[in-house]
Amino acid sequence: MSLWVAFAGILAGVIVWWLAVRRLTTRPWEAQGTADGRDSAGTLGPPPARIGLWILLAILTSLFALFITGYWMRMGHGMAHGLTHDWHPLAEPRVLWINTVLLALGSVAMQWARVATNRDDPARARLAWWLGGAFAVAFLVGQYYAWQQLQAAGYYAAANPANASFYLLTGVHAVHLGGGLVAWIRTAARMARGGAGLDDVRLGIELCTVYWHYLLLVWLVLFGLLLQT
Amino acid sequence: MAYVAIADQHAHLHDPQTFVTKYIWSQDHKVIAIQYAITAMAIGLVALGLSVMMRMQLGFPDTFRFISPDNYYQFVTMHGMIMVIYLLTALFLGGFGNLLIPLQCGARDMVFPYLNMLSYWVYLLAVLVLVASFFVPGGPTGAGWTLYPPQAISHGTAGSHWGITLMLVSLAIFIVGFTMGGLNYIVTVLQARCRGMTMMRMPLSVWGIFMATILALLAFPALLVSAVMMTLDLQVGTSFFMPAIVSMGEQTGHAGGSPLLFQHLFWFFGHPEVYIVALPAFGIVSDLISTHARRHIFGYRMMVWAILAIGALSFVVWAHHMYVSGMNPYFGFFFATTTLIIAVPTAIKVYNWVLTLWRGHIHLTVPMLFAIGFVFTFINGGLTGLFLGNVTVDVPLSDTYFVVAHFHMVMGVSPILVVFGAIYHWYPKVTGRMLNETMGRIHFWCTFLGTYAIYLPMHYLGILGVPRRYYALGDTYFIPDSVHTMNEAISTAAFFVAAVQLLFLFNLIWSLKNGKHAGGNPWRATTLEWFTPDTPPRHGNWGAELPVVYRWAYEYGVPGLKDDFVPQNQPPVGGESAEFHGHGHGYGPGYGQGHEHAPGHDKGGRHT
Repeated sequence: MSLWVAFAGILAGVIVWWLAVRRLTTRPWEAQGTADGRDSAGTLGPPPARIGLWILLAILTSLFALFITGYWMRMGHGMAHGLTHDWHPLAEPRVLWINTVLLALGSVAMQWARVATNRDDPARARLAWWLGGAFAVAFLVGQYYAWQQLQAAGYYAAANPANASFYLLTGVHAVHLGGGLVAWIRTAARMARGGAGLDDVRLGIELCTVYWHYLLLVWLVLFGLLLQT
Repeated sequence: MAYVAIADQHAHLHDPQTFVTKYIWSQDHKVIAIQYAITAMAIGLVALGLSVMMRMQLGFPDTFRFISPDNYYQFVTMHGMIMVIYLLTALFLGGFGNLLIPLQCGARDMVFPYLNMLSYWVYLLAVLVLVASFFVPGGPTGAGWTLYPPQAISHGTAGSHWGITLMLVSLAIFIVGFTMGGLNYIVTVLQARCRGMTMMRMPLSVWGIFMATILALLAFPALLVSAVMMTLDLQVGTSFFMPAIVSMGEQTGHAGGSPLLFQHLFWFFGHPEVYIVALPAFGIVSDLISTHARRHIFGYRMMVWAILAIGALSFVVWAHHMYVSGMNPYFGFFFATTTLIIAVPTAIKVYNWVLTLWRGHIHLTVPMLFAIGFVFTFINGGLTGLFLGNVTVDVPLSDTYFVVAHFHMVMGVSPILVVFGAIYHWYPKVTGRMLNETMGRIHFWCTFLGTYAIYLPMHYLGILGVPRRYYALGDTYFIPDSVHTMNEAISTAAFFVAAVQLLFLFNLIWSLKNGKHAGGNPWRATTLEWFTPDTPPRHGNWGAELPVVYRWAYEYGVPGLKDDFVPQNQPPVGGESAEFHGHGHGYGPGYGQGHEHAPGHDKGGRHT
């Protein structure tokens, strides 16, 4: 559980910093009769959806940290109990490298869409947006192909905990990317309805881009872990 | 740039026109709160019925032939899981969170109303999947509410296929639904507070719900991870948790799995879950005590800090549930230490509640009775926690009725007393009517004394060494006859307490039509929800104008005023300033509260 505790420590640090910013040492009983202290609860604050996304990413980090913790502890369990035939690392299919490149390209394309949106360049933003989605779909197809390759080679989930962990970690990541594609489709639909302007989709593009970057980061951690163990 | 509260912006407003959008597919936080509350109480009644049948078996063994050993374990399992997750968590966060956060923060609604609506319907789906497990072959799981492998998915345990599968699926659905709601609660608190409502002016109810939501969002993933892994062990044949084992005379296909890994993951969720239930109760009871004792809450800042400290510490105490699991003894030392440390902020809160009552003008209203009952019970339950938190004392008491008594006092009776107190307190705002006070008092005294008749003797049973989870004690040599007599008495008290809850339900329904009209602020409270233009509040809560807050939530017992409280949205009178302490200026609660005209609304409160 040490991995999760490390994550929790970092998160606690962020929360403490944030709370310090919120001036939790003020004495509210002494500050009567003033409507000051509006904090960020107005138009000057960030939009709720942006805050919501960052909180969602913290939850997902907790989820992935726990999956990785489970992976680590399960791997160590066999060694600790002298179960020599328990954990057989599998040979990761080479297509995973191609998939990694595809996901990275998706992230780059989404960033391009974001930059183009900020420059009010709808044509480039649309092109980059579609590319970002296409690369993500290609990544998912590639992951499915990797699963097929492993199945064909006899790496069944029930045969070994290392196999099961591989399917589990890659599956959970793919499900989250699938969820991202739902948001991507919604924004694409709004983009199609909105005509030439980008005002309606500016925030959606920004949030999807952040999410794409996040899932790339998670994938790099997971892929590195799978390669090293 | 002109100040416009986020909750007042067009993108976040919605205007239900039909019966369906108003009361069924509703995005209004108040309707969603009621939907959560009704669903949670309905499934809670099922759990109550299960506990009655458990007590029938324990008090009068060999009498009720329809309760088989398998049935008994199924009742135990479903009772525990329903009460903890589907009743208490859902009611505190989904029910009171939805009701109180926008109203007490001065918002028109949650910031993501559609997601909020979805959260409830996903929760309902989780409940229905859980209920479905009563009707599948083999019935619901009988693995115990902790669902420990290997027995949870081994043949021989009731519901080891369909039952446990539906339980795991239901939990996963619940977590997805809760995440939708939880995001709403946090972002609404952070972003949609009205003008002047700083974090340190928020009522402690909101603080408790806010922190409990953070805990839940970070802890529930551990339950999700363990549910997913166990489902794979069961359905795919993997060995995450399942060791090599012979079941019903046959070698299973599993090998090498770690049941201890499941325990770590489960309790990593399970212990924060205690505080997911307790923190909203702490917050709500603070508001009840302050309001009904007509005294400002003692040590507000310390109360907030204690909530934060408890929240942080709750993540580093989980293994005190695993002292007998064979883990490294040094871990036991570490977790015993952290467990005792968490008692410090908890004790601060208890002292502050008592000091709030000290020299207060205590009104023994029904909500106040429940609040005091909570403090009393929580102290009892907390003290036995000190026993169980220490490894050397825990080991002999582990898996005895002492543990059952402890966690029911601290996590069952205590929070449910707050739930009742809160319902008596806010029912007038939700319905416009008061609950019948006589019935309320009968309900309180019978519930309060009745639960003590149930759980105090259980401590004694535990010290005698009577084991929990046994279908029947039989003629075990170290168990004296008095235990059987005591079990009969406990069961009789349990039947009585269960029956009294029907009186409460009757009161809820009867008072809808026959209760006294409540008016806007029957408790003469200071917080914003009591100053909505309409009671019950209409859609959008505040009419044309959002409230503006000028002070904290606990301005009670102010000397020199016509009345003894100052609402949070009472504008300053001449001479009152940031330095002014608010006392002795003679302004009464004329309810001419400050409002800020909301852009996008005409005077009639319609969206423009």
